[in-house]
Amino acid sequence: MDHEVNVETLKRAARIKMVVQKLVAYTFLTAGAAAMVAPFLWMVTTSLKEPGSIFSYQRPWWEDWIPIQFYWKNYVLAWKAVPFARFYINSIFVSICVTLGQVVTSAMAAYAFARLNFPGRDKLFFAYLATMMVPGAVTMIPVFILLRMLGWIDTYKAVIFPGIFTAYGTFLLRQFFLTLPKELEDAAKIDGCSYFGIFWKIILPLSKPALATLTTFTFMGSWLNFMWPLIVLNTHNKFTLPVGLAYFQSLHFTDWTQLMAGSLMMILPILIVFIFTQRYFVEGIKLTGIKG
Amino acid sequence: MQMMQTQSPTQHKKPFITSAMAETLAAYGFLAPNLIGFLVFTSLPVFASFVLSFVSWDLLSPPQLVGFTNFIKLFKDPLFWKFCWNTIYLMGSIPLSMAGSLLLALALNQKLKGIVFFRTVYFLPTICSGVAIYMLWRLLYNADFGLFNLTIAKIGEIFHIPLKGPNWLTDETWAKPALIIMSVWQTVGGYNMILYLAALQGVPRDLYEAAEIDGASAWHKFWHVTWPQISPTTFFIATMSIIGGFQAGFDPAFIMTGGGPNGSTTTIIYYLFNHAFQWHQMGYAAAIAWLLFLIIFLFTVFKWKIFGKAVYYY
Repeated sequence: MDHEVNVETLKRAARIKMVVQKLVAYTFLTAGAAAMVAPFLWMVTTSLKEPGSIFSYQRPWWEDWIPIQFYWKNYVLAWKAVPFARFYINSIFVSICVTLGQVVTSAMAAYAFARLNFPGRDKLFFAYLATMMVPGAVTMIPVFILLRMLGWIDTYKAVIFPGIFTAYGTFLLRQFFLTLPKELEDAAKIDGCSYFGIFWKIILPLSKPALATLTTFTFMGSWLNFMWPLIVLNTHNKFTLPVGLAYFQSLHFTDWTQLMAGSLMMILPILIVFIFTQRYFVEGIKLTGIKG
Repeated sequence: MQMMQTQSPTQHKKPFITSAMAETLAAYGFLAPNLIGFLVFTSLPVFASFVLSFVSWDLLSPPQLVGFTNFIKLFKDPLFWKFCWNTIYLMGSIPLSMAGSLLLALALNQKLKGIVFFRTVYFLPTICSGVAIYMLWRLLYNADFGLFNLTIAKIGEIFHIPLKGPNWLTDETWAKPALIIMSVWQTVGGYNMILYLAALQGVPRDLYEAAEIDGASAWHKFWHVTWPQISPTTFFIATMSIIGGFQAGFDPAFIMTGGGPNGSTTTIIYYLFNHAFQWHQMGYAAAIAWLLFLIIFLFTVFKWKIFGKAVYYY
């Protein structure tokens, strides 16, 4: 009898402990989420204020958080101040080219490294690996000089081509290809399938998760890249979004309402895409983190 | 990696193209696009930049070989050392951000409802363009009507003491801490949190059960089970963050402070950018790049020598 009561109280204590633990976790997570969202909320509210009234002591404090004015003109002004639509198109074009180029060439090279025998393979792969250690800063200057000699400065090519060829993509995909079972390929070989056939019909379809990861990361990396386009582009009409936004700031350094409207216009499409695709990001990070 | 040697047991009449040759040809065919790009945009530039570091060149007059002059100048350049210090100072965000990531991951690992919602919210700053985020934080740090100083003033009002926040981005003492706070906010819920969460989910259940039977407290369970189990992840994140940290700092400083006030937010990469692309001192900039490379290389070597054994691999 005594023993049973003891078990009951223990169970209850454990349940209470669980509830408390979850409560603490929720409080912590909610506080964290509030800290994450607060700056964005400030951005939205500021972007909707009248330019002269960004701050006033006469207002109650919560009016700085909840948009009660809707001065949409900020968005119109920002849209007209610089060619935002053009920046968008540039960014989309550049990012698609970089992503396509990188995924296709990396997959091909990774297949050769993972599955084909050829003299010098291991040495060459080691050379690839070794350059992953070299900081981008080292190659930045010679690549700039090379592009200048080619007359590519201030062209999309100058942003796209150096972005395509990274050892990282080849490495990631090679590691994934190595984990694929060889039996299917052997069977295909006996059936007289060419190397390209094996690559196209067997390896690629089996590697969708890795390809999706590389695609997402390459696209995002290219979309967010600021420094390199800043270095090689000069004409406003060729700017990608980040460079365009920085250019906008240089023109309207203290027009906060317009600056925030411009920033929001830039962030919003990505936010929407992200909310629908966040699962792939998470899977991708796990994949690369564990492999890396 | 398996090396397969194709050996034909009996010597047949040799065909014009052996299967090994065909495989080699195919391999180089697959490699070609990537390999050519790799040579042009990565391998050769590494050598070129090494040569450049011994050259003085402003892109207008012909380059001149100057031996070790660039490196000697660099070692005597007080600004370079100042910017090295700035870079290391700003890496102070790494332990803060990692601790935050781990805490968030621990909370998310409690089998709660709404994990996807929280994870998405925490990830927002990572996917938003840096430039937009930095502009937003330039506003938040505004001395007169930024969120930070308004909040500080409000707290002062509540306690009836006149509190005034610093001029975050224009004060030499506060500019670096300001960038660190922003960086923590930006990275805490990003990649590292997700890596930690994956690591936590990978800790075997029975280890906790064994610890519970031994009567271990929550803290003991964390310190003796969780922490050693996730230490490869900690090690991985720390290494990547530090290697990244040496090369970081350009984007936020360029947008928010222009490297100022008085060079207090200029990092090594920003200095390199200025020399190469503002002042066109290509040789000097290449020397900075190689010194940066050397620092990262030494760090990697030391890391293996010193910390290599402190990780728990199972």
